Amino acid sequence: MLEIKNISKNLGDFNLKNLNLSVKKGDYFVLLGISGAGKTILLEIIAGLISPDSGEIFLNKKNITKQKIQKRQIGLVFQDYAIFPHLNVKNNIAYPLKNKNLSAFEKNKQILKLAEEMNITHLLNRKPATLSGGELQRVALARTLALKPEILLLDEPLASLDIQLKDELRHLLRNINKKGQTIIHVTHDYQEVISLANKIAIINNGSIEQTGTPNEIFQHPKSQFIANFTGIKNFFKAELKNKQAIINNSIAFTLLTDKTQGKGNVLINSQDIIISENKVESSACNNFKGIITDIIPAPLGIEIFTDIGIKMVALITTQSLKKLNLYKGKNIWISFKASGVIFLEN
Amino acid sequence: MNKPQPFNIIVSLLGALILLFIIAPLIGMVIATSPQDIIETSKDPEVQNSIWLTVWTSICSTIFFAIAAIPLSYLLAKKTFRFKHLINGIIDLPIVIPHTAAGIAVLGFISRNSYIGKLSSNIGLDFVGHPAGIAAAMAFVSIPFLINAARDGFAKVPLKLEQAALNLGASPSRVFFTISLPLAWKSVLSGLIMMFARGMSEFGAVVIIAYHPMITPVLIYERFSSFGLKYARPVAIIFIAVCLIVFTILRLLSKEKYLTNNVRNKKHIKKFRRF
Repeated sequence: MLEIKNISKNLGDFNLKNLNLSVKKGDYFVLLGISGAGKTILLEIIAGLISPDSGEIFLNKKNITKQKIQKRQIGLVFQDYAIFPHLNVKNNIAYPLKNKNLSAFEKNKQILKLAEEMNITHLLNRKPATLSGGELQRVALARTLALKPEILLLDEPLASLDIQLKDELRHLLRNINKKGQTIIHVTHDYQEVISLANKIAIINNGSIEQTGTPNEIFQHPKSQFIANFTGIKNFFKAELKNKQAIINNSIAFTLLTDKTQGKGNVLINSQDIIISENKVESSACNNFKGIITDIIPAPLGIEIFTDIGIKMVALITTQSLKKLNLYKGKNIWISFKASGVIFLEN
Repeated sequence: MNKPQPFNIIVSLLGALILLFIIAPLIGMVIATSPQDIIETSKDPEVQNSIWLTVWTSICSTIFFAIAAIPLSYLLAKKTFRFKHLINGIIDLPIVIPHTAAGIAVLGFISRNSYIGKLSSNIGLDFVGHPAGIAAAMAFVSIPFLINAARDGFAKVPLKLEQAALNLGASPSRVFFTISLPLAWKSVLSGLIMMFARGMSEFGAVVIIAYHPMITPVLIYERFSSFGLKYARPVAIIFIAVCLIVFTILRLLSKEKYLTNNVRNKKHIKKFRRF
């Protein structure tokens, strides 16, 4: 659907270098990178706000590199929403509809449909100055979707929302994507999108370092940067049954959740895992016997690779390594609290 | 109670002196003129026609030239191009040159011997001694007020909003009329009022191009030079009153619009807070 070929842009002190990306119809594509990595610039190049120095962009096999912004049918939701302050919510949503030859009745119908989907029907007559960040975000989404874009570009849409609003918006974005809308979502926070993405590209210093599914990226990071950036070693597909996450149908993690069932992924930060020589009675609900398969120094300590039926990594200090006399092949116990198990529903 | 600071006292005194400098001559002029003279002068058809001519030529001049000046302000605010600084300097030229010199310059441009003068003569329009010439002279000296105010207004419109509108499929002209102009409107309106007010009070440039028909500043000068201060004063008072009334109404109208919007927003904010 969208092919980005060898896109380069020199912005003085920052360069995008030979970027290549391929996004398929219906994808939820996440562009992940630290601040200043070039994510937003790439998004603006796709939308046509910035022209690349070289390279080409194809949308449905048509070269759109030099096409005008208003002709591209690529909707961009800006990080700061860019809601028109002098128009009320209804007129903001109606803005892209005025280019289409629709009757007033049809326009109204579309506005109401989008407002209902975004749960902002009660805000239609309000001015943007009176809306909260979450409400503005929904208005921006409704307005961009009114364009019926081929691709929806989202620039850090969850960045300035609180946890509850983030959950609501994630749910909303998932539903939009399920209806077939192709989405490219730019973010610096992998945790906020890992449950949404079906494809991820890691961008660093103006280059794409790795592209793949979330599993490929998190379990087989291609570079030290990606490993450090994602910071996650314990990432498993899991099924929730009776408030336990079942991994590979063989091992069950106890976790804190209000859900009883569902499919998703489980994350456990390696620094949350405790290693001991014997089983220790503690408040930790998850205790497993295993064997050390490798010991590798990491920037912030020592990574202990273990096999407890699945492979898990614990991060400990050098002092703990010496104190417990850990070595490759040693039998150990690992434990972690139910609150350390993060379940991300699909 | 806090003791007044010496600095504040000095600043206040200096400010009061400046205010007195502006108000005293005007009050003195009103005191020195009998109400009888003002009433009689206001009934004088020559004075009435002159005030009417001054107001409508200034309105026409403002509207006609605004059609091109507002887009120019937009270009200067939003686009980057060569010689932009030079153009900004050229726009301020009419403010710094003596207005009689400005009149001479405009006269050379629109007189019967000039290309434009000949062209307009062919369609039966002679700028010299015609309200169109008066409007041209008024515009020449007052247009920087509009361009500068509108340019500042357009510059304050966030680029993101214009880009968002383009991204939503709007053409550049639709973006201008639905986003940039409404958001810069307060500054544009302020510029229009200033251009209109400055045009109404112009004398130097107009007198070179059109002594007749007489706009009020020329009429005041004519009565002063022919009959003296006593005869010029009532016309001046009436014209100042008209200027003040028109200027105040326009200012109030623009402020009213701004306040109404603000109050509406504040009401919404209160409503929102109640949720």
